[in-house]
Amino acid sequence: MPTLTTDRTTAATDAETADVALAQSGDGRAFERLYRGHAARIHGLVRRMLDANEADDVTQDVFVRAWEKLHTFRGESAFGTWLHRLAVNVVLARRKALGIERGRRSTDDSPLETVAARNEMPEHTVDFEEAIGRLPDGSRQVFLLHDVAGYRHEEIAKLLGIVAGTSKSQLHHARMALRKYLDR
Amino acid sequence: MSDRWTDRLSDYLDGELGERERAELEAHLIACAECATTLTGLRRVVTRAGALEDRPPTTDLWPGIAGRIGLSTDEFSELRRMRERRFSFTVPQLIAASIVLVAASAGVVFWLAGGPRPEPVARPTQVAPATPQLAKWMPKVEKSSDIAVAELRAALAEGKRSGRLDSLTVASLERSLAVIDSAIAEATRALESDPGSAYLNHHLADTYRRKFNFLRQANRIASART
Repeated sequence: MPTLTTDRTTAATDAETADVALAQSGDGRAFERLYRGHAARIHGLVRRMLDANEADDVTQDVFVRAWEKLHTFRGESAFGTWLHRLAVNVVLARRKALGIERGRRSTDDSPLETVAARNEMPEHTVDFEEAIGRLPDGSRQVFLLHDVAGYRHEEIAKLLGIVAGTSKSQLHHARMALRKYLDR
Repeated sequence: MSDRWTDRLSDYLDGELGERERAELEAHLIACAECATTLTGLRRVVTRAGALEDRPPTTDLWPGIAGRIGLSTDEFSELRRMRERRFSFTVPQLIAASIVLVAASAGVVFWLAGGPRPEPVARPTQVAPATPQLAKWMPKVEKSSDIAVAELRAALAEGKRSGRLDSLTVASLERSLAVIDSAIAEATRALESDPGSAYLNHHLADTYRRKFNFLRQANRIASART
């Protein structure tokens, strides 16, 4: 007699795969379920890579784009992975439209030191998210893509239009600054 | 203070160093307390990064999204749009994909017959024969569902008997199951009166999908406590 021994993860994956198929055929409710399952992660990514003021609008942009491009999803990766990558592209396009240049990536350590210096003031409480937000733009983007989102340096380099060596260097700068925050 | 290895610590942490360089760095870490401490700090950063919590937006963004992609929150117009939209799969394939995906992990294999429609098969318990091609999946799905429900009921009975499942939990699960079965019965009645309806087939398949999801979760609850 067959038994339903699927754990929650497999069941959730099965349900999501079915929802993707339904959404690809035009089922709005299925797409809404996909939205609700991934909204938090996408919103978090957008909020950290841009800022809180833009997060809602750009999150909407991401899901609108996902609906438009859903027919291109072939299941070669998990839907969440595909959606996340699409979100990164939307965010980077938005940054470009806003004129946030890659050149703002600073090689001067003093902004990084400032993050740590502020944290030495006992009356100044900065949580980890806030500390990330205070990193210089370039190292913050690399840190978010690598340590938070799990991209490899080669992928980050391609996304940001830099070389992998620069990505590694920026990541190290970010971690060193944030380490000082955690060490207090 | 930093030495020539400080800037390599992140690469070491990420497994980016070659074998020789890694060995040299590891030998250095034994002798250099400062680098060892820095490495510990970097590890903490990576761990914290991986544990960042994602919070949903404070406002529900779905209505805005739905509006922009032309979906109405009005269920009737949404359903009508579904019927009018050209399906990228045939409905039997879509239903098959949905049912197979949710049932595959139960070890039950479903298949839907393609090709020409066979002669309608009259079922003694049905009021009217359903369109064979679209409704042929139903008996197999019903059988799988019956098996799953029987398993759940057995787990619940054992749980009650052993005292590990309280009666409120059991009653709650039974009520939820009854609600889903009522929805399935209603959808089935609608399909029997309009057996050629692609939408109704789709809706019934979707309702069975929800039932399988519920049964999995309920079975997990019941099994975890027995």
